[in-house]
This record gives sequence, structure tokens and C-alpha cells, in this order.
Amino acid sequence: MNIHEYQAKEILSAYGIPIPRGRVALTADQVERAAKEMGGRCVVKAQIYAGGRGKAGGVKLVHHPEQAQNLAKELFGKTLVTPQTGPGGLRVRRILVEEAVDIAREFYLSITLDRGTSRYVLIASAEGGMEIEEVANKSPEKIHTLAIDPYTGLRPYQARHVALQLGLTGSICEDCVALILNLYRVCLEKDCALVEINPLVVTQAGWLMAMDAKITFDDNAIFRHREYPDMMDYSQLDPLEITAGKYDLAYIKLSGSIGCLVNGAGLAMATLDVLKEYGGEPANFLDVGGGATREKVAEAFKIILQDHDVKGIFVNIFGGIMRCDVIAHGIIEAASEVNCTLPIVVRMDGSQVEEGKRLLTESGLNVQCGDNLGDAAARIVAMLG
Amino acid sequence: MSILINKKSRIVVQGITGRSGLFHTQQCRAYGSNIVAGVTPGKGGIHIEGIPVFNTVAEAVKYTEANVSMIFVPPPGAADAILEAAAAGLDLAVCITEGIPVRDMVPVKANLAHSAMLLVGPNCPGVITPGECKIGIMPGHIHKPGTIGVVSRSGTLTYEAVKQLTDVGLGQSTCVGIGGDPIIGMNFIDVLSLFNEDPETDGVFMIGEIGGAAEEEAAYWIKEHMKKPVAAFIAGVTAPPGKRMGHAGAIITGGKGKAEDKIRTLSECGVTVATSPTRMGEAMLTALAAAGFQATI
Repeated sequence: MNIHEYQAKEILSAYGIPIPRGRVALTADQVERAAKEMGGRCVVKAQIYAGGRGKAGGVKLVHHPEQAQNLAKELFGKTLVTPQTGPGGLRVRRILVEEAVDIAREFYLSITLDRGTSRYVLIASAEGGMEIEEVANKSPEKIHTLAIDPYTGLRPYQARHVALQLGLTGSICEDCVALILNLYRVCLEKDCALVEINPLVVTQAGWLMAMDAKITFDDNAIFRHREYPDMMDYSQLDPLEITAGKYDLAYIKLSGSIGCLVNGAGLAMATLDVLKEYGGEPANFLDVGGGATREKVAEAFKIILQDHDVKGIFVNIFGGIMRCDVIAHGIIEAASEVNCTLPIVVRMDGSQVEEGKRLLTESGLNVQCGDNLGDAAARIVAMLG
Repeated sequence: MSILINKKSRIVVQGITGRSGLFHTQQCRAYGSNIVAGVTPGKGGIHIEGIPVFNTVAEAVKYTEANVSMIFVPPPGAADAILEAAAAGLDLAVCITEGIPVRDMVPVKANLAHSAMLLVGPNCPGVITPGECKIGIMPGHIHKPGTIGVVSRSGTLTYEAVKQLTDVGLGQSTCVGIGGDPIIGMNFIDVLSLFNEDPETDGVFMIGEIGGAAEEEAAYWIKEHMKKPVAAFIAGVTAPPGKRMGHAGAIITGGKGKAEDKIRTLSECGVTVATSPTRMGEAMLTALAAAGFQATI
């Protein structure tokens, strides 16, 4: 689960990590007032669930509150496209206005899970403010990584090694030690998939400060953080993905014309692959999951049909726990409810297959049943011309 | 024997009184699995469908000599359930649970490094030795006893592969679903090693997907150590980067974890990679034929 920069900074601040003075604003007037508060000269930052905002004009230093307000008028409601948003971009609904800080040095600091070792790893670099992947590619020796022992945790002496590697000395080195230890506490206590400060700066005045922050929560841990669902900014998500989430469906909108309904993530990915192989373009990834009810299948169908790019539907179900007659009922129910006349190809296997196929062919819908995965894919592509 | 489980395995179900736990206990038993006990804290002393239920795994082991666990405990308690199984001295735990927080699994994985217990999963369909024992949620009837080992990160995609293998006449020795989470017990290499030493396995079919580097690591291991032919399919060639595709572990970040990279590495290491999910059975036949062909030279 993603959150905005301003929310990530609030969390870091609560854990004793210094952040710039700032205010989040929902209107251009609020931006103007916030800019006045900051003394006129400030940084206006669009809040979207993606990085790379600077080059797209989403982060600007301004010198007067009026300038901030005008910039905000431009930015609010604008769809910002950055290398990380995808071509569709993301809508700007919130702006963070921060004091302008004079920077002496910039670092990179993050903690995330290393899947290779199944441990949290601290990543630090004296090359801050840049794309860390670029640094990793061009100068891997500038990246310091530390695997954190699951039992002893991150120790002060280890944090000190890192701070010294970054070239910090004296009292600011000890400040950095404390900051690193607090960052690890954030990662654990908040169940983060990633907590990243880029750049972590030393200001001209000699203080450490987190100039930009990114936190991603582990979706599997949301159940034990009651406040997380309220932190979500739905304007950053595709509306269909939001609806799907309500029914516990995994849905991702793509750009093609063949709607997909599949049980199981791996099979769903393979379904996208096979449709492309046969010359079709999938309109979405949708995993209806194991043990789904008739209602869930019906909701999944309706979600797919709300995508106006969809010209046909491909259902690929391997029933194990999922019974094929349950799927069939769900499809018939949904299609009838929305008067769906689009061509549908169903490929089913597993339990109650014959019953499922029978229900579909007798339903009166524009549906064909495929004999196997390849045959079914070929059919839907053909039906769409 | 095949690997991990057989008709002699004595199974305890952790979470047996939950809806999923009970349903799948019935399904596994119907397949022929020997389910000897269940564990649900607070429900010790009852019998469910004739199976004795205990408060702890240790008690279950003491009274029934259970040696393998099937875990259906919901996410908040599942990591603890795995640790409990290990502490009770079981040989193997198969954790079906989806949704365990990553933070919970970090110390579990570290703990298991010092334990004799093997873990399969979590977030997996389970393990099946066709004709002998099923520990998990897979449909038994599509499987056929034979000599192909199957190892996969996926659930239903595994069933698709198994069905194709069965249809082309290749039965399975054991099928292992290693699961879709970022932190799992046995990985590809762990399972491949077992298949490598199993006299009842002639070849292996591997199913991977986007995210992480497990398939690449397995490829290098196969090149160095594997004595038997391996075929594979990697899902997600068309998956867009940055989007989590269902499984917590299936996400391409920072350019890493792409399907094309895995496919290329596997091919370079001698694995026959299916070019389509419709041709997985075919790929296995090709790999077997290639090995047989080389053997006669």
C-alpha cells in the first residue's frame, strides 16, 4: 500500500527523524497561506503515488506566496506523467508546501526486504538525490548494504559503521546513528515493505533532515493497522481497482480489449501471455482467487464490463476448490444483470466441468466454450475480429 | 517414496476447526491421506469427523505420532503456528495460509535454518504424491502417478501444467507448490535437490513467475548439479512493471524480476523453456527426449 510523501514524513517525524517544516494543502488558497507561513520562499511539491515528479514540473522552488498560488492553480487537477506513473499519469489533488532548505550534502538511505536472504537490508549511499538504481548500475561500490540480523536487530555499532561510511563525523555522525535506528523501528513497527529517504541531507546549518520520503506498507499487514485504510488516497487509484479491492479481487487495468477473469495469479498472468501469443490484447489482469463465491464472480464480471475498452471476455478457470458450475452461475447472473451481449469464451477445467459448460451453453448468452487453453484463446481473438 | 510425503505420512492439521481447514481435511482424507490429528487451541479433547483435536502440536505428536503438518491457521497466527510445528519436532510443515505479514516470516525463516523441520509455503497449494498422499488444496483427480517432479510458485497454473503432463502420458512423482510470498520455506533449489536424488523421479517441470531472482538462482544450480532433464514455464512475460500481480512476491521492481530475464537464464543453463502456457507438456517431452537422445550417444 502506497502513501504520499507528506504522510511518510509525518511518520518519520513521529519517530524523531527531522523533516522540513511543511503544510499539506488541498486548494491554491491554502497553498498561498502555507507559502506565507514558510516565509515566501518555499518548495511546492505535488503529492502523487510516484517519484520522478521534478522533471514533470511537480516540484518547484518559488519565491513569493503569489507564485506558489499560481503554480498550485496549474498543478491541482493536473495529470502528472512521470517515468514512474505509467503513460496515464496521476492526478494531483494535494500539494505539500515546505520551507526551502539550503543543502550541503545529500545521501540515500532505505530499508527493505532482501528476498535473497529473507532479511531486512539497510541500503545507504553518499550519492543521494539520484535514482539509486542508476547508482547501483554505474557505481555499485558507492552503495553500502547491511543485512539486519532478525534476532539482534540493527545495532548502534552497525549504524555507526554506515554513518562513517557516508563520511559523517562528530556529533552529526551520532545524530545519523540515532536516525538509522529510528528508521529501522519505523520499518518494523509500521510493517513497511519499503522505507526510503532520498535525499537525506545535511543542511548548510549542519542538521540532518529527510528531504523526501517514501513509505510502502506491506499489504498483508494492513489488518493490524486500523488507521491505514483511512490513509489511502483513492484519487491515485483507478476506480475499477478500488471497486475490485472492496470485493477482495486482484484487478489491474491494462490497455487492450479482451477482459479476463481467471482464478489464481500465476494462471492469470499466463492467460495474459497466451492471449498476446494469439494476437489479442488483454484489457485487464483479474484474479478472482480460490474459493470465490458466485457473488464474487458476478462482481468480477461487472467490473470487467465497466471498462469501456472491453469488447469481449475470456474466462479461464481451473476449478479445484472453485467449482465450474459456481463460476457458470456467476457469469450468467452478471451478464444477465448488465444485459451483456459481448462475446464470451469460457475455458474451464477441474471439478464440475460438464455441468458448468452445460449451464453456459444453455444460458442464451453469446458464449463459446474452449476445449483447452490454446483453443479458447484462439476463439476469443477470432470472435473479436 | 518420491519426495517429502507418501502413504506413510501421518498428518496433523493446524487450524482443523476453521472452515477451510475442515473442508480440506475432508478432501485430503478422501484422496487417501492419513490424517491422524488436528490442532485448534481451546478445542482440545473434541473429535471432528473422528479425528482427535488437541490444544497443541506437541500433544498431537505425543498421542498420534504425527510427523507432518498441514497449516490452515489464519494470517495473524500462522507464523506462530509454523514455529510451533518446528518446536514439536515435525519433519515437514505445509503452510497453505495466504496473507502472512512479511515481518512475521523473517524470524521464522531464520529459526528454521537451525531446525530439522522443512517448510513448504506459505501461500501455497501444498504437496501431493499422486496415488499416495495429498497435503493441500489441489484437485487430486488431475494428477497421475509417474516419474516427473513438479515444482511451482503458483497454484492453478500448476494444475494446468499437471493436466498437460497427465494428458501427454507423463505422470508425476511429487508436485510441490512452494508458494507466492516473498519469504517462503523451501525454494526451487531445495526441491530440485530432492528430486535430483529421488530414484523415482526422471525429470522435473518448474513453473516460475515475475518477481525476485529465485528462478535465475535455480538455473545456475541446475547447470552445476542437476542430473535429470528440466523443463520450465515462466508466467508474466506480458506483466507490466511496478504492479503487483496477485502474489505478494510477483512484482517487478527496479527492472529486476522480469520474465524475459528468467527465461533467458534458464535456457542458457540447459532448461527447456516452454514458449507458451499451452505447450508445457510438450516442453517436458522435449527435455526428456533430449536427455534420452544424449544418453544413447
